[in-house]
Amino acid sequence: MGAQKKSASTVAARTSDDPEELARVPLQAVLLADSFTTKFRPITLERPKVLLPLANVPMIEYALAWLESVGVEEVFVFCCAHAKQVTNYLQSSPWFSQPNFSVATIESHNSVSAGDALRLIYERNVIHGDFILISGDTLSNMSLTRALQEHRERKKKDSNAVMTMVIKRSKLSPVTQQSRLGTDELFMAIDPDTKQLLFYEENTHHLKGTLSLDKTLLIDNPSITLHNDMQDCFIDICSPEVLSLFTDNFDYQHLRRHFVKGLLVDDIMGYKIYTHEIHSSYAARVDNYRSYDTISKDIIQRWTYPLVPDVLLLGSSATKLEREGIYRASEIVQSRSAQIGPLTVIGNNTRIGNNTTIANSVIGKGCSIGSNVLIEGSYIWDNVTVEDGCQLRHSIVCDRVVMKSGSVLSPGVVLSFKVVVGQNVTVPTYSKVSLLLQPTKQDSDEELEYADNNSDVEASSIAGTHNNLNGELTSDLSEMQGSATEELGSGGVGYIWSICEGASEEEWRHSIAPVPAEKLVELSQTMDDDLDFSNQDGNAPASSGELKPGGVSDSDDEDGDANNDSAYFEKEVVFQYSIAYKDVFPIFLNNTANFSLQVEATFLRAVHENVKVDHVILEVNSLKLSYNMEFAACAGAIFYSMLKLALGTPYNSSAELYNAVINVINTWQRLLKSYLSGKDEEIEIILKFEEMCSESAKELSPLFTKILCLLYDKDMISEDAILDWESEKKYAEESDRVFVKQAEKFLQWLREASEEED
Amino acid sequence: MPDVHSLVNEFILKLKKRKVEGSQATARLAAVLLRSVISQQRIGYTNQAGALIDAVKAVGEQLVAANPVEIAVGNIVRRVLHIIRDEDLSLTTAAMAGLNLSAVSDDDDDDTSPDDHPVLSAAAVAAAARSTLRPPSLQSLLEDMPDSAAVPHTSSSGGDSEGKSKSADKNSRSRKLKHDVIEAVNELIQDIDTCHEQIAEQAVEHIHHNEVILTLGSSRTVLQFLCAAREKKRSFRVFVAEGAPRYQGHLLAKELVARGLQTTLITDSAIFAMISRVNMVIVGAHAVMANGGVIAPVGLNMVALAAQRHAVPFVVLAGSHKLCPLYPHNPEVLLNELRSPSELLDFGEFSDCMDFGSGLGSPLLHVVNPAFDYVPPKLVSLFITDTGGHNPSYMYRLIADYYSADDLVLQRKAAPST
Repeated sequence: MGAQKKSASTVAARTSDDPEELARVPLQAVLLADSFTTKFRPITLERPKVLLPLANVPMIEYALAWLESVGVEEVFVFCCAHAKQVTNYLQSSPWFSQPNFSVATIESHNSVSAGDALRLIYERNVIHGDFILISGDTLSNMSLTRALQEHRERKKKDSNAVMTMVIKRSKLSPVTQQSRLGTDELFMAIDPDTKQLLFYEENTHHLKGTLSLDKTLLIDNPSITLHNDMQDCFIDICSPEVLSLFTDNFDYQHLRRHFVKGLLVDDIMGYKIYTHEIHSSYAARVDNYRSYDTISKDIIQRWTYPLVPDVLLLGSSATKLEREGIYRASEIVQSRSAQIGPLTVIGNNTRIGNNTTIANSVIGKGCSIGSNVLIEGSYIWDNVTVEDGCQLRHSIVCDRVVMKSGSVLSPGVVLSFKVVVGQNVTVPTYSKVSLLLQPTKQDSDEELEYADNNSDVEASSIAGTHNNLNGELTSDLSEMQGSATEELGSGGVGYIWSICEGASEEEWRHSIAPVPAEKLVELSQTMDDDLDFSNQDGNAPASSGELKPGGVSDSDDEDGDANNDSAYFEKEVVFQYSIAYKDVFPIFLNNTANFSLQVEATFLRAVHENVKVDHVILEVNSLKLSYNMEFAACAGAIFYSMLKLALGTPYNSSAELYNAVINVINTWQRLLKSYLSGKDEEIEIILKFEEMCSESAKELSPLFTKILCLLYDKDMISEDAILDWESEKKYAEESDRVFVKQAEKFLQWLREASEEED
Repeated sequence: MPDVHSLVNEFILKLKKRKVEGSQATARLAAVLLRSVISQQRIGYTNQAGALIDAVKAVGEQLVAANPVEIAVGNIVRRVLHIIRDEDLSLTTAAMAGLNLSAVSDDDDDDTSPDDHPVLSAAAVAAAARSTLRPPSLQSLLEDMPDSAAVPHTSSSGGDSEGKSKSADKNSRSRKLKHDVIEAVNELIQDIDTCHEQIAEQAVEHIHHNEVILTLGSSRTVLQFLCAAREKKRSFRVFVAEGAPRYQGHLLAKELVARGLQTTLITDSAIFAMISRVNMVIVGAHAVMANGGVIAPVGLNMVALAAQRHAVPFVVLAGSHKLCPLYPHNPEVLLNELRSPSELLDFGEFSDCMDFGSGLGSPLLHVVNPAFDYVPPKLVSLFITDTGGHNPSYMYRLIADYYSADDLVLQRKAAPST
């Protein structure tokens, strides 16, 4: 009785929370129990990805537990590949009998992408309000209240705000240019005020470090932040319109590549996507083997708290956390001499033999591990037998695999279900071993991981020419093999998949093994080469920065309309790319001549358009940075352009020319002075001047002393600099001393003056 | 009993997901839950106490397993078991005392009962009770009791001869037992609710004028204790150590200031520097073990050591629901909870340190965030519970009052069931 009353009162309390919408739809979620990729092959040929264990608990458990904890009341699990397995699993799990949390499965056999899945869900007409869209391999402990509230408020104000994407900061590895989850670099442009997503580009590394932003993006938004250190958590809060959008655009397949980018490009409908950044909570998606490894370690290191092994999840057995992050299930038989290292999970009913060393690994339920075994950084699932003397490093070993004594798994190996590795066999790095033959026609990335078990086995029996091992295999795969190439040694069972062409290059990126040291060295070398080639100043790119109104800095004005562009910038708001924008805009040339040309162009434009001196200084500074020049070079270049300007004005006599020079110097002395920070720069100017007088602008040569005098009077050049210049020239060739001679009188006077002072 | 069952499951889920935390909240909820378990438990004629004990134990096991760190839950389960045993004992003694005077009056009660069972012959019931329910039966328990000095009464010594008349009043006893137990559990719940006030009442005896009190983190008991002293016009200063990484000390400081107390907030690392100016350390606890050791928020062991170095009294406030009858074994690990490292540092900022793709593939950065410390009994000067102040060495006596020795191990048969 009391119970009934209590539950009734809690229900009442819940509904009275938001009185304005009493007839509120329950919060719904769509969970895609299929990733529609082939990254986890060959394992996913036999078991759907969402049922693969992550720290001994199937991934879908994490996703469902999170959905339940954030207050979702209805979940639609969309199953495609191995739909039966997912459904059966859910039916046997307690999820179907939860109060206030209903789980329904939607099965489909002909969906090949997330787009198809969402179209099907739209047809079913089960989603009535805002819903959360995640894939079954996503793991999070974030609280949704803030994000949901923000989403709803935005939705109220602007019905075009259809989606809120959850993002989290995570730095890229500077060497491999990929995130710690093994995903490619992701570039996002976000409006810092409204958090609107303006630009989304993944797979940027094939763009070779260049990224082109649409100009309108800069015009329409007062400020933009660019990020390459954000990780997409693949948790989306969607309005129901999203489903209809998928239906309208029947060619949308991929959630990000098509849908998100499609919406961002399409400005007719004006749909907007917003982001929600999480800071202290965790969210990540198992995308590939590397993220499997990383996320497993995050779980063990408790970033996902309370979704950690020792806090009981539904369906897992009691596990205790001991010192150094060792999680031990209740019933383990472990030899006294076995060494269990830090950050290890060991499942129920597992036996571990003498002198076995285990570190940084996850071991499933019911495994038997022999003596003198070394297991490091590996993931061993349930009921695996590892005989004496085996060595496993950074590999995944699926259910019921048998490793005969002395066998060795090199880093990056994946052994699929029921494979047998023969005695003393070493499985080479990155090999994937399965009982099923590799499908002959390579599915593209777009294809789903859907594979009918039976048909695959048939295919293997037909195409079973290579890679087969001795015959007495498990049940169905038996007699049809002919030759025995014995890749897995005597008694071994399974095919080593050949690495598909093109992917071998990238194998190390997504493998579970750490990136080999040679590769890192190689990569950092190529990176250095790149830097040398384009002669950029070696700094790692700033990971995110803000584009703010500031000074002009258009560096790529090689072509004619560049001037127009920059002029436009000045009229509107002037943009200063305070991020290391060389990563964004390519700059190829570096030589001094080009630099002076650029400075001259900038200066001339400034003269003609009356740009403020400060802005010119900013511009020249940015040029200086991008060409990696010294102040002296700037000073030289500016002085050169100033004289060029003076020469450009019409004159009849040298006196008139002198007047023009005085004029220019008077107008622009502040600009020049800001680059004259020391004697070196001043000497540089004199040398430059001398060079001009002797080569390009002979007209000036008679005026050399006069102008030098003028500069001295204007306090631009100190007497020290002039005297130093003279002494530098003392032993030069006669032809080089022409101007020293010309200025002899002036120099004499200077010397006397300084002596007098003494 | 689907109702109780679903209630139990709901509470277990909450415990598992760490949605209910804190010893007072969990203790109260556990007590309320056990009350409804008891009230819905169907009781037969015989061995009612045994049935109740089994029911409570079965639920209790699951509750304890759901979150072993919330020690208060286990304490409450044991308290309730003790209550059942106690009430049963007192009923038996009362019945026997009454029996010696006049056995008839009890039989009248029996007839008026609305129970649909026909009144069996007393002899048959007695026989059934003897034969079927031998191992956990109360009779056997009582027969064993006289050996232990703890039980004062000796009236059950002649059990066999009085068997016949005793069984006759079983039926009335059953409802009486349940009623009494529920009454007692209600009292327990009330105790839990009022423990803060009861502890706070003693504040004036401990806090004197112009003293400086140090505390760490935030505890409601401590807050009320300090406020109670303040209300009695004591003027004193409070040093609050912020209690990294959750910084609950900040909240406490805010509360204290709101109530007009002179408050100084210091970092945890400044404790040793400040302790020489402190007259008394007053802290809350997560649990008090049978040996007088304390499971307390992380950082308190450091405070206790500093206090010992400067001979500052280290006073622990704990409601009686925090008294745990177990002895700590490896408490730093087994009675601890490691929380998420994100409380310590920002994931995004440190994500490059946790890139397992490069290097050896094994993490180099470990972030450990334990929730609790174990303070050994020798560092504690005084415990203040709702019944008064006690020495650490006295705790086991206090605990013997609240728990019966049979209940110390709850999960005797738990191992195969999981």
